[in-house]
Amino acid sequence: MFGKLTDSFLLNFVKEERWKYITDGLIITLEVTFFAVIVGIFLGFLVAMVRSTYDKTGKLKVLNALCNLYLTVIRGTPVVVQLLITYFVIFGSVNIDKVLVAVIAFGINSGAYVAEIIRSGIMSVDNGQFEAGRSLGFSYFKTMLYIILPQALKNVLPALANEFIVLLKETSVAGYIALQDLTKAGDIIRSRTYDAFMPLIVVALIYLLMVMLFNYFVKQLERRLRNSEH
Amino acid sequence: MSIDMERKPLIEVVDLTKKFHKLTALDSISINIYEGDVVFVVGPSGSGKSTFLRCLNRLEESTGGNILFEGINITDEKCDIDKHRQKMGMVFQQFNLFPHMTIMKNLTIGPIKLQNKSKEEAEAEAMRLLERVGLADRAQAYPSQLSGGQKQRIAIVRALCMKPDVMLFDEPTSALDPEMVGEVLAVMRDLAEDKMTMVVVTHEMGFAKEVANRVIFMADGKIVEENEPKAFFDHPQTERLQSFLSKVL
Ligand SMILES: Nc1ncnc2c1ncn2[C@@H]1O[C@H](COP(=O)(O)OP(=O)(O)OP(=O)(O)O)[C@@H](O)[C@H]1O
Ligand SMILES: [Mg+2]
Repeated sequence: MFGKLTDSFLLNFVKEERWKYITDGLIITLEVTFFAVIVGIFLGFLVAMVRSTYDKTGKLKVLNALCNLYLTVIRGTPVVVQLLITYFVIFGSVNIDKVLVAVIAFGINSGAYVAEIIRSGIMSVDNGQFEAGRSLGFSYFKTMLYIILPQALKNVLPALANEFIVLLKETSVAGYIALQDLTKAGDIIRSRTYDAFMPLIVVALIYLLMVMLFNYFVKQLERRLRNSEH
Repeated sequence: MSIDMERKPLIEVVDLTKKFHKLTALDSISINIYEGDVVFVVGPSGSGKSTFLRCLNRLEESTGGNILFEGINITDEKCDIDKHRQKMGMVFQQFNLFPHMTIMKNLTIGPIKLQNKSKEEAEAEAMRLLERVGLADRAQAYPSQLSGGQKQRIAIVRALCMKPDVMLFDEPTSALDPEMVGEVLAVMRDLAEDKMTMVVVTHEMGFAKEVANRVIFMADGKIVEENEPKAFFDHPQTERLQSFLSKVL
């Protein structure tokens, strides 16, 4: 039994340096996740600001409608389909790095969820805070910046961190555009060695480990936030 | 009265009207508030007292009439209301301190970000005012570590740090436990003695009688009666005020 596992391990990862598929794939997965998160936060932040400004002041009507369209479309369609459309339709006729395509597609996808998280954070701050800021003479945007957003972000930090975990797992569909991420790496090894168990289980374990590690940090963060109740 | 006629009003309210959809919360209110005035506004719940106060610094947008503050029509769309709000301090029933900042930061963020004061300058002024309300030792605390009465005193100081020309109070003691009301009223009394112009919405009739130089009775979005405090409470003219006072006194 043990000998068989060792043989399988050697075949799938050591022979012909197949472990390189895994490490290269892992790097791609982390790269895509990291930059998609940045795009997602940036987009989500903008959309949340537009939507909350509209909610609070009735201004930015057209932009708000556009943001609503974005949220509806992104949250109403599967991320794989969005990825395929980004690659084959939007960038179909240009030669573009697949990592970049994935970052754009997953970033735009994540932005929709981040937007709603941040917006809920803004809404969770008591309106009296807003009035206090305005009554001192702060403009709408300065009130947002100095008074509302610091409180809002603190409230939603755990939810944001959770969104990163979701995104990390979602990038596993990057293989649909033939990007060799971690999942694809396991699948390639499987197709070379005709052994499904070992490569796929190892890939699953790597994801699990990363998620657990990140979860641990989120828990630490939550505890830290709860302790500093101000 | 004759002196009032010659002085220029600090705030001149002309036919101020506020409608929430069909409901008329303020019905063509006109009043002049002069420098050094301590105007108390009383009246039954829903009579428009808060709406009136909040229209004065445009936290609530009026739907008719004009407000001239220091000679400038601040209900004008084009006026930079943020600038004028710096000169109108406001104190809320719920304090509304910024919970993510220390007391010192609460007090200095306005002067530093809006009035180009240096940190040292702003903190020195904040410290001076904190001492005046007896809370100098709490400068580095966070709002959540203070009692209600302390929070409200800090909220008053926060408004004062902007060096306002008028202070607006909306039921500043209504959210407080009874034993904390006194400390906040003491600060307000101190301000009034210092000739700060104040507009105060309150249910504290005894305090109004003691501190106000004018008392206004509002009902159904109108100013029904106005008088100096002694006459206001001892000889109410209208039936509405008589029945109101008989209920609250
Ligand atoms: N944001 C709002 N939307 C709709 N109606 C409002 C709003 N704010 C106030 N009103 C209505 O306007 C009227 C005046 O309200 P206001 O809060 O000014 O009364 P008040 O005299 O301050 O009462 P209280 O003593 O209870 O604080 C009330 O009928 C109230 O229901
Ligand atoms: Mg009120």
